[in-house]
Amino acid sequence: MKKTLKARLAILSDAAKYDASCASSGTSKRDSSASGGLGSTEGSGICHAYAPDGRCSSLLKILMTNFCIYDCAYCINRSSSNVERARFSPEEVVWLTLEFYRRNYIEGLFLSSGIIQGSDYTMEQMVRIARDLRLKHNFRGYIHLKTIPEASARLIEEAGLFADRLSINIELPTDAGVEAFAPQKHPANIRRSMGELKAKIDEASEPTLQTKRRKRFVPAGQTTQMIIGADQASDATILGASAGLYDRYRMRRVYYSAFSPIPDASKALPLIKPPLMREHRLYQADWLYRFYSFGIHEITAARPDGMLDLAVDPKLAWALENRARFPVDINKADKEMLLRVPGFGVKTVTAILNTRRFKRLALDDLARLKVSIKKVQAFIEAAGWTPAKLIDRADLRTMFLPEPVQLSLL
Amino acid sequence: MRVVLRARGDFGEWRDTARGLLAQGVDPRDIDWLSEEAVGQELFPPVPAPRSAAHRVSVPKDFLPLAESLICHSDLARFDLAYRLLWRLQSDKNLLLIKSDPDVERAHALNRSVHRDGHKMHAFVRFKEVPAPGLRRAFVAWFEPDHWIVARNAGFFQRRFTDMDWMIATPKGSIVWDGESVRFCDEPAEQPDIMDDADDLWRTYYANIFNPARLKVKMMQTEMPKKYWKNLPEAVLIPELIVGAEQRVREMAERAASNSAPVFHARLQSRKT
Ligand code: SF4
Repeated sequence: MKKTLKARLAILSDAAKYDASCASSGTSKRDSSASGGLGSTEGSGICHAYAPDGRCSSLLKILMTNFCIYDCAYCINRSSSNVERARFSPEEVVWLTLEFYRRNYIEGLFLSSGIIQGSDYTMEQMVRIARDLRLKHNFRGYIHLKTIPEASARLIEEAGLFADRLSINIELPTDAGVEAFAPQKHPANIRRSMGELKAKIDEASEPTLQTKRRKRFVPAGQTTQMIIGADQASDATILGASAGLYDRYRMRRVYYSAFSPIPDASKALPLIKPPLMREHRLYQADWLYRFYSFGIHEITAARPDGMLDLAVDPKLAWALENRARFPVDINKADKEMLLRVPGFGVKTVTAILNTRRFKRLALDDLARLKVSIKKVQAFIEAAGWTPAKLIDRADLRTMFLPEPVQLSLL
Repeated sequence: MRVVLRARGDFGEWRDTARGLLAQGVDPRDIDWLSEEAVGQELFPPVPAPRSAAHRVSVPKDFLPLAESLICHSDLARFDLAYRLLWRLQSDKNLLLIKSDPDVERAHALNRSVHRDGHKMHAFVRFKEVPAPGLRRAFVAWFEPDHWIVARNAGFFQRRFTDMDWMIATPKGSIVWDGESVRFCDEPAEQPDIMDDADDLWRTYYANIFNPARLKVKMMQTEMPKKYWKNLPEAVLIPELIVGAEQRVREMAERAASNSAPVFHARLQSRKT
């Protein structure tokens, strides 16, 4: 008997939850006031709900089907898993997206799929969903398609006309990891697809000669995801791989997904608690690389094993290793150095630079900018404040560690 | 001087009044700003303050959006704060750049709160379908904002839900879209009693997209504070999802890997060799 729509929705959303991304940001601004249709994207995406795992739920994140002819060890949908299988028709995905959107549950659709029959067959169905949403239903919400790495260039190109974002998962930080755990996938092919996609995005961003207009093609760019903790790669290896992906393919984001135990897991992998803190530190380090002009080697230099410090965040860890560069005078230092003060974010630094044109800043002023004085005072000089050799204290690191948890008897 | 405003998020009302006061050189310390609601019970309502739409006042361009948002805050002190900023700006044009000034800082705090309320409205309004008289489908939502933000956020919904008729009803006024124009009414609305079957599908999705191995309840609650739960169809599931999470993870571990793969896996494998 065919499963009901509700039963299939349960299976195909359960299968999608291991994907970290649910972002609906970074695309072009558009709305329906001229077209009279449905949907808009304005600035940053909206989180319409939060699950008890604290994750933002912005897009309807589902699989078209969780049947798969591949056998990737870390994946709940691999052909050797005994998970219950289901499949949506393209019409059903379109219907669910529109009905959910009308009720303001979601910003749009994030569609991925197991591979059925072949890469092109699967990709064609996904493209059809995106095309129908746009052309038949006048839908202007967000669409993210997870492309099938081996699908033909023609299909990827068509997908890019309708989708805001395309992604191809790198899966694991090293080629050896991919070969060991995803035997049917080929790192060289994944990279080639990423390279082709980048080339097409670049091409579309050039105004055409005739119309002087830019072609609309994947306005929110491409992203990728790697699984953390399934293989032995160190943080330095992981971040090095990310830096390469950002630089070579201009990825908008590299998502890190802490390997999470899955029902009917493969014996090849550890049944562990997902390393959530590690995942968090990787995101912080990734952020420092992208927005604070830190080099990857600076972030990971401190420890010989190439792992990030789990107890303190990477920026603080760097500052503690490089005390000679502190204290930083907040009334004089340049932007780059201000950004390196643990406890200062990009917004704070902008506010400091603006305000100090008119007055010399004291600690009070920082407090009003919502900066934690406790956190920054050891690292800065301000009007009326010089840290009393705090920076030389041997116990500086321990001052930042979380309070030890008191054990109590039951 | 006592100044009484309707005080339901109408920026023009405050602006015209403030212009009039400024034209007469009334010092902020001499004004007592009140809302109609607050003086409603009084026997002798105060005399209306001078209003002047004509008197021109120049302000830095950042002041306007800040003041517009301030006036939507629910704290009555907003009017005094906005007028004090306006007053001080007349002699100090750079005031708004001094982010650490107590008045500026307070104004930004209120502004943030109004913006946050707007974001939450964009996120947590839930439309439910109602029978429609014509060809266009019709939806109604009930939302409870903290501030007087309903009118200023109408455009967002109109640009997004253009092809359907809708109404968003709140205790701080309602907006209605019929495909032609948006209408706003600042009277408090009643909560409608409607059911929508799609909510059940949405709950199915919500329950299944959650990964029990990653439980982080505090994080969820800062972003989706409990006060919103009563109007979110999915929120009824939260307690049971939290309670069940640990058990589900344990079961996964205990079940461990099974030894037999499904039949089609064997078939796939044999096809390849
Ligand atoms: S191809 Fe994708 S869906 Fe199929 S097993 Fe590998 S990761 Fe899972």
